[in-house]
Order: sequence, then C-alpha cells, then structure tokens
Amino acid sequence: MTEITNLGVAALRDGISGGDFTAVEAAEAFNAAVAGASALNAFIVATPDHALESARKVDADRAAGKALGKMAGVPIGMKDLFATKGVQTTAASHILEGFTPEYESTVSQKLWEAGAGMLGKLNLDQFAMGSSNETSYFGNVISPWRRSDGGNTPLAPGGSSGGSSAAVAARLCPAATGTDTGGSIRQPAAFTGITGIKPTYGRCSRWGIVAFASSLDQAGPMARDVRDCAIMLEAMAGFDPKDSTSLDLPVPEWEAGLNADLKGKKVGIPREYRVDGLDADVARSWDEGIAWLKDAGAEVVDISLPHTKYALPAYYIVAPAEASSNLARYDGVRYGLRDLPDGANLQDMYAATRAAGFGAEVKRRILIGTYVLSAGFYDAYYTQAQKVRTLISHDFKNAFADVDVILAPTTPTAAFGLGEMVSDPLAMYLNDVFAVPASLAGLPAMSVPAGLNREGLPLGLQIVGRPFDEQGVLNAGLAIEQRAGFTARPGKWW
Amino acid sequence: MSIDTATVARIASLARLKVTEAELEAMVPELNGILAWVEQLGEVDVTGIEPMTAVIENALRLRADVIGADPLTGGGIRDQVLANAPAAEHGFFGVPKVIE
Amino acid sequence: MAMSNYRIQGETGEWEVVIGLEVHAQVTSQSKLFSGAATAFGAEPNSQVSLVDAAMPGMLPVLNGECIRQAVRTGIAVGAQINKWSRFDRKNYFYADLPQGYQISQLYHPIVGEGEIEVILDDKDPEGSTKTIGIERIHVEQDAGKLMHDQHPTMSYVDLNRSGVALMEIVSRPDMRSPIEAGAYLAKLRQILRYVGSCDGNMDQGSMRADVNVSVRRPSEPFGTRTETKNVNSVRFVMAVVESEARRQVDLIEDGGTVVQETRLYDPDKNETRSMRSKEDAHDYRYFPDPDLLPLVLADSFVDECRASLPELPDAKRHRYETALGLSAYDAAQLTLEVETYQQFEEMLAAVVAESGKDQRDVAKRVANWILSERPGVLRSAGVAVDHPKNTPAANVALIVAVSEGVISGGKAKEILQAYLTTDTDLTAEIASNKQTSDTGAIEAVIAKVLADNADKVEQYKAGKEALFGFFVGQTMKAMQGKANPAVVNDLLKKVLG
Ligand SMILES: [Mg+2]
Ligand SMILES: [Zn+2]
Repeated sequence: MTEITNLGVAALRDGISGGDFTAVEAAEAFNAAVAGASALNAFIVATPDHALESARKVDADRAAGKALGKMAGVPIGMKDLFATKGVQTTAASHILEGFTPEYESTVSQKLWEAGAGMLGKLNLDQFAMGSSNETSYFGNVISPWRRSDGGNTPLAPGGSSGGSSAAVAARLCPAATGTDTGGSIRQPAAFTGITGIKPTYGRCSRWGIVAFASSLDQAGPMARDVRDCAIMLEAMAGFDPKDSTSLDLPVPEWEAGLNADLKGKKVGIPREYRVDGLDADVARSWDEGIAWLKDAGAEVVDISLPHTKYALPAYYIVAPAEASSNLARYDGVRYGLRDLPDGANLQDMYAATRAAGFGAEVKRRILIGTYVLSAGFYDAYYTQAQKVRTLISHDFKNAFADVDVILAPTTPTAAFGLGEMVSDPLAMYLNDVFAVPASLAGLPAMSVPAGLNREGLPLGLQIVGRPFDEQGVLNAGLAIEQRAGFTARPGKWW
Repeated sequence: MSIDTATVARIASLARLKVTEAELEAMVPELNGILAWVEQLGEVDVTGIEPMTAVIENALRLRADVIGADPLTGGGIRDQVLANAPAAEHGFFGVPKVIE
Repeated sequence: MAMSNYRIQGETGEWEVVIGLEVHAQVTSQSKLFSGAATAFGAEPNSQVSLVDAAMPGMLPVLNGECIRQAVRTGIAVGAQINKWSRFDRKNYFYADLPQGYQISQLYHPIVGEGEIEVILDDKDPEGSTKTIGIERIHVEQDAGKLMHDQHPTMSYVDLNRSGVALMEIVSRPDMRSPIEAGAYLAKLRQILRYVGSCDGNMDQGSMRADVNVSVRRPSEPFGTRTETKNVNSVRFVMAVVESEARRQVDLIEDGGTVVQETRLYDPDKNETRSMRSKEDAHDYRYFPDPDLLPLVLADSFVDECRASLPELPDAKRHRYETALGLSAYDAAQLTLEVETYQQFEEMLAAVVAESGKDQRDVAKRVANWILSERPGVLRSAGVAVDHPKNTPAANVALIVAVSEGVISGGKAKEILQAYLTTDTDLTAEIASNKQTSDTGAIEAVIAKVLADNADKVEQYKAGKEALFGFFVGQTMKAMQGKANPAVVNDLLKKVLG
C-alpha cells in the first residue's frame, strides 16, 4: 500500500470509508509528518489532538454504520487566519499572539462538520499581506522545493497562504484552507506545484476569518489535484446569514460534475497578459496550456481585457484602504497585545500597541490605506480605483459574453529565493499581476500545476471563470491536469 | 503628488502607529514609490463610470429583529467577550484613564 | 407664522443666534443594528455584547430590518423623501468606546432626505405661533459604548452594552433663532418619534441626545462660525445651552476674539459649555463605503407598508380634535402632547360615547376637562400618581358617564374619585348612593328653608347684591348633601328669587 501521507482528499476519504485504513491511522500518519517538518516552519501551532479526536469520531461513526461526511477522516491544515475555537488564532501577527477565539469560523466549522480534522494552524504572511510568506511574525515558511542547480537556496512558498502551499506540497497534509485577496491561494499554489481555487466572491462565508480587505477576501481549498479541490470546496462553501455578502445559492455538486471534455467550450486568451519580457518558461507553459485545452475539445479565441494594466494599482489602493479600517480594531483594549508605556494615555497606548504588534508590511499598507482615504485624497485615489474596478469588471463581462473561461499564467515567474524581493515592495507586488484582476472582479479562479521551469521549479496555469461557474473552472483545470501529467514533487530534505 | 516626512508623520498619527524618526525617514521614499506607481490610475477615463459597490451582484438582506436568533451573534456572553482582554476588571474592559 | 425676534444685547449692539440640532434618537428595537444582542436599558455591564459588538476578529455586520423600517416610518412622518438606494459608510476614528475603530454610519447616501416639522412656540396659542423647521436628513448609525471614569484611580472602564445599538441621526437645518425655538423643535421631534413608535423618547436614559450647533451674527448678516455642544439630554438643557453659548460667543467676539469651530460639553451645574479636550485632535474620519455591507435597496412595497403602518400624527390629531370634536385649540394641543394622554382620552371618549349613547362631539369637552383639569386636581389633592392602579379608565369612564347623564354632579364625581383612590370604597355603590335628585318638590322645600334661614341675605340680594346667588346655590346643595341636580337648583332659585 502507498504511504498514507501520499494520499489526497478523495483517496483518504475512500480508503477510510472502504475500510482500507482507519481515520486514526491517517491522522497519526499526518501528525507525524507535521511533527517531522519543523524545518519548513509551515505551522504556527500543531494540533495533533484535534486531528485524532475528529478521526476517532469518524471511525466510531463508520463502525456504527452512520453516514459519513464529505471530508470524513481527512486531516487538513488550517490557515491561521480562520478563527478556531480554543486554538490560538494569530493572522501571523504579534498583535494577536495568544489570542484564543471563543468562536469557530463558519468555514472551519463546516469542515469539521464534514468530518475533517485539524493538524494545526498554518503560517502565512502577516494579516495575509504578502506574496512570499516573509512577513509572518513567526518566521518565514521555507518552500519544500529547491532549484535543480544543486544549491540549497531557500525558496519562497508564495503568499499569503504560504504555510498552506508548503504543507500540501511537502505531504504534511492532503489539503489546506487558503484565503485569496489578490492571489493568495493561486500564487502559492503555482509556486509549490499544487492546485488551489478561489471561488466566486461570496461562496465561502467570511465570518470568523480575520479580515484583510473585505471586498476581496475569499476562502478556498488548496490541495494536490482538481478533484480534491472540488470535494473540499463543497465542504467549505454555502450561504451564511452571518455574512451580508454571502451568496444565497445552493452549493453545486462540483465533484460529481467534473468533466474534462471541453467540446463546445470556448477559452479566451487575454492578449494583455502577454506582457513584454514575459518569462520564456512561463510563456511556453501558457502555450502548452492552450494546446491542452484545444486537445480537450475547446475552441481557443483571443480576447482583450483592456484595463488589465490598471488592476494592480487599483488593488493597491482598495486593499490597503479596507485594511487600514479593518485593522483599526487591534488596539489593545479587548484582546491581543497591549503595550502601555509608563504614563501613556489611551491614544498613546493605541500607537504603542500597534507599533509593537504590526510588522513592517502591515504598517506600510495601513499607512497607504489611511493616506488614500484621508481628507482631500479620497476621490482621487479611492473613488478612482473603485471606478477602475468597475471597468475591469466590465472587461471580464464583455469577454465572458464570448468565452466560457479564460486561460493565463498564474504568476509571471516561478518561485524566487527568500530575501530576494523583500527590499523592493513594488517588485514584490508585481507577483500578483496576473492574479489580481479576477480578485477585483470577484470571479472564480484556479491555479493548476503545468510543469517545471528550467530550474526545476513548478509553474502554474490559471483559469478564470464566470461568476458562480466554479464548475467550468474546475473542468478546464481537470483537462489541463490530465494532460500536464504533473507528477514532480520536492525531494524530502527537511 | 509627493509626500514629505511631516505628511507621513501625520498619517501615522491618524493610523495610531508610533514611528521613530528613522522609521519615518525610511518610509517616505517607500510610500512615495508606491503612490507614484498607483497614480497611473489617473490616466484612465472614468467618465460616466460608477465606483464599484457590490463585487458580485447581490442584495443586502434584512435580518429579523430577534435577540440571539443565532447564538453566535447574540449577547449574554460576557465571559467569552472578556476572555481575551488584557485588563478585564469587574466585568468591564479597563483602559488608561480618559479625560473628556 | 411667528417671527422670532430673540436678540442678544451686546456692548456693540444686537446679535442674532442661529441654531441647528443633530438629534441622536435610539431606534426602538429588540436587538442591535448589526447584531443579535439585546438593547434593553440598565443591564449588567457587557452583558448585552455579542462577538460582533466587541469587534472580535472576523466578525461581520448583518442589518436589522426593523431599524430600517423604523427609520423609514420616521422619515415619512416628517414628510421627508425616502431614499430607496442608500448605503452604509465607515467613519474611522480611535476611541475606547468604539471597538471596531469605526462607526458604521451613512454619510454619502442617507436613507432619509429632506423633510420638515412645524413647531409650536407658545402653548397658549397653538395655532397662531408656529414655525416650520427644515430637516436636512435622517441617517441610521451605530451607537458607541460607554466609558466610566470614576471607578478606578488610573483606569477608565468600558461597557459595550450600547455599542452597536441603532440610532437615527436627525439633522435639522440651521432654521432656529431662539432658545424657545430650539426647545420647541426638540419637544416636537420627541412627540413625533413617540407617536411613530420609532424611539421611546426617554431622554433621561439617553434615548434622545442633541448636538446643539450654535453661532451668532448681526441680524441678516451671513452665518458666523458655529460650535457643537454634544449630547445634551433635555429640552431645558438645550435651551440653556443656546442661551449660554450664544452669550459666550457674543462676549468673545465683542472682546476682540474669534469663535473657533469646536466640540463642546455642557455642564448643567455651572450652566456653561466648555471645550472638549478629548476631541481637540483635528478629525479626518476617512469615510468610505463599508465593504462588509451592500447598498440598501428598498422596494416600493416596503415603503408603502411603512406608510400604511403610521398612526395619526400629532398635527393631524390636534386639528381633528378641534374640527371633529369641537375642542379648543389649547385643549386639543394639551391632549395630543403625550401619547399616553391622547390614548387615554380616545379610550375614555369612546367608552363614554358607547355607554351614554351620546354623540362624541357632545361629550368630548367633558372628557377633555376631566383629563386635563378635574382629575389632575383630584390626583394632586389625593397625593396619588396618574398610574395609580385604581385610576383605571373604567373607573374614570363610570364617573364621566354618571356626570354626563345627570346622575351625579361634577363636584361629587371628584369627591367620589378621591375617596375611591385613597380609601376602600366601592365606586358603583358610591355613585348610586350619591345620586342627585331633580325632584323639584324636595328641592323647593329645601330652598324655602335656606331662604328663610337667611332672610337678611335675601334682602341684600334683592337690593342688588347679585353675587349672593352662588351662596344660595351652595347652601341648598350643602343641605341636600350635594345630591341635588345643580341645574334644577339654579332654575328653581332663579324662579323663587325673581
Ligand atoms: Mg454630530
Ligand atoms: Zn451621529
């Protein structure tokens, strides 16, 4: 039998329900993998008991002949942005260090109800702000991947869901939750050769997820293949009356609906994404993707998304603006860090607490956000950005009048070395240039592994779909997955 | 539009972030770099375009006026509300004395 | 339309005061604006706080439909435009009573637009002394928590029970020109809100607080710089704030100073306003649309339902009392001042009409007098509150009906009520045993005796001292233990005395 930790969500679920092994055996195997991978720093805290307890319940339910949930016995990693009752929830910040919620996020609650267990809370960029997982208060996550040059340069697992991507790629967990504000599921998935989908904005409840930018934040699954993502997304999604932006729609049976036959489907190739100086490997991989989708029966057409160029700057106004307000609640009064210097008054306490509790990138974005909302600048920056956002949304709407999905690279390059980009925030932001437009428009978008670059590092292809059409996205992803035959995995060095 | 040290200091104060002189000096060019870059949005002709209000078309729902209809968003949970407070005193949150 | 000519006499001449009010009225609702926590007054600290109200990480607002309904009903009641598309914005600032670091409010697109109300400036002349005050807007927003400063030597305590309670902010135009106008406006607003049922109007519990914007100018010159005195919680204090703040500004200007636009606090003990130190910080609220919420779009049917659910409003009721019931403008105004008063009046009037079979126009005045003057007199001399358990509508109606049917006299009715409220008497039996007589024979006999016993007075009367007529009536009534029909006594006495 294959080692349990090599199994994905579907295989674990089927193996447990079929009696090939128990949920407890699965939990123990993954708990051991987590315990043995501290060098990756993927987890902020491990919760082996949580995983075991859920597993015991699944085994007992199975023995009692009860119906099992969609994720029965599957132990997963939980990005530390989801509030977990009784388990420290930090958003990878010092300001929330030690914060132990008295509540469970809707998405994590749904996963537990579906029979999943929690292996631990996954590291991330602080408050989900970053693309390399170098802004965490709890240290960098190291990608399990290494370049094929024989050097041991530590690589970025992407961000902000970098703990999630590293853990799934390293087989520490079969799947993990991610959140995507401007690419934070897709970019790390691409960097680590795994699969991740950000559903339509509103599919997954935001209740209990530490907010970064409310109009962009969306949770989604990160796993090793398309089917596993479909299964897990079914467990995570669904209407939540506690979230005013939640979509009051039934959750489709995405797994059952998987179909890689794309006959009659049209795939759009946005010409604006073919930027000058596009990395040769990325360009090649995109061309391969086009060929694979044609092979699957799809018709490929050139499309134009004319405002693409403005998506990233619009994002870097809207997201920091919302963040500057969302993060005002971290003030040292009700929870989290309090820094009260001698003789400090209330406002001094706020300033000291926030200075001590937030990292440099978080402060940078709070400052940008505060500035663009401040008196006299609001219209020039924020209103203008929200108008541009409308135009970007229109671009997609126009495109989807002709095509069913859009294919593009997920990232402009493969993973970079830790420390290579930190000194230049703008260069770092450019990582999300292909991911951000779909976020601004709230569209479902997915990254699937497409191959390796010349350095032996994974590249991802991105599929963007119409609002609510996660199925179309998953199906196109499946067509690529079947043809890409991506089997590469990082050698175990940790 | 380029911002100077005084402006960054004012913004930091508005955002309640204590910053040192050295931090301020470092932030000015960084923030100016980012602002100069986002200002390319000014090129876009947005005549007649409404700012985005809902990402995905959706209507605001109205909740029924019922206390604790969902216990997760109801009151009567003082201990939970105070559980993580740095200074919980006699059922209150304690803060440095405020003079109004 | 009464023109106000309230002027402040300064060293250098006359000044006019310009006043605008921003009234925060707590919306009557069971649960908070964006959470399911309760809103009841006076609960244990932090016992009515949800995870949402405490701004725990990841918490989200969900709008209470009842609060929106009440705001729309209020808007319709002040004749305002209802905005079918409105939106919530965040007002960002840091304070210990504001857990989110922002207040969810409506700046750019309020739910209610322009309206107006008519205020009465002189109680004695409700129809002749009115002025129309414009309302600029009404928006819905969250209340903040409460800070307590006197419980610990170095700490303030935060209670979030009020945090997230729904408020309507009702913003007037700067249309008021005197303390009386400002007071009358607040009183009228409170009356309307209580009629509508959108706010309980309990100012001592903070259900209504006014931010008083005051500036002064030379008559007919442009507006001066205004100050805003926060959270003034009674009609009397609003008037006092206008007076003292206008005086302060005039003195300041005349001494060569300038008024600064600032937030002030009123100290009732010293009857003066002072600058609020905690709000000195130049504010930049960075308003932007709350991304956790969507625009609020109201269906026509929602607005129609709100309109249909409104009761008869104060002005309409007052006019109806005058025209349909024949009451004086003063009585109509007094009866419609408080919801409890008009409800009692209408309940009693209906019962009296039903029991006596008389037209409401014929008994309205009697019921009005009973409620406005006769009964209050009894309650006062009995030392009993109006909500005394025995002071029931049924008891009052029985007495009014008995008087209106000539069974007992009005004076007897008051005596019976007082005895009933203060001792252990049976109302029906008392009415029966105090039945007045219209038996002319019996009354004539008593009159004869009264006149005979007071022959000297009869002589004086006949000599022209007509005031003595009342004396004979009184003596006759007294001799008959108040049970003679006063009208009959009057008639017979007139006949006998010529
Ligand atoms: Mg105000
Ligand atoms: Zn207000």
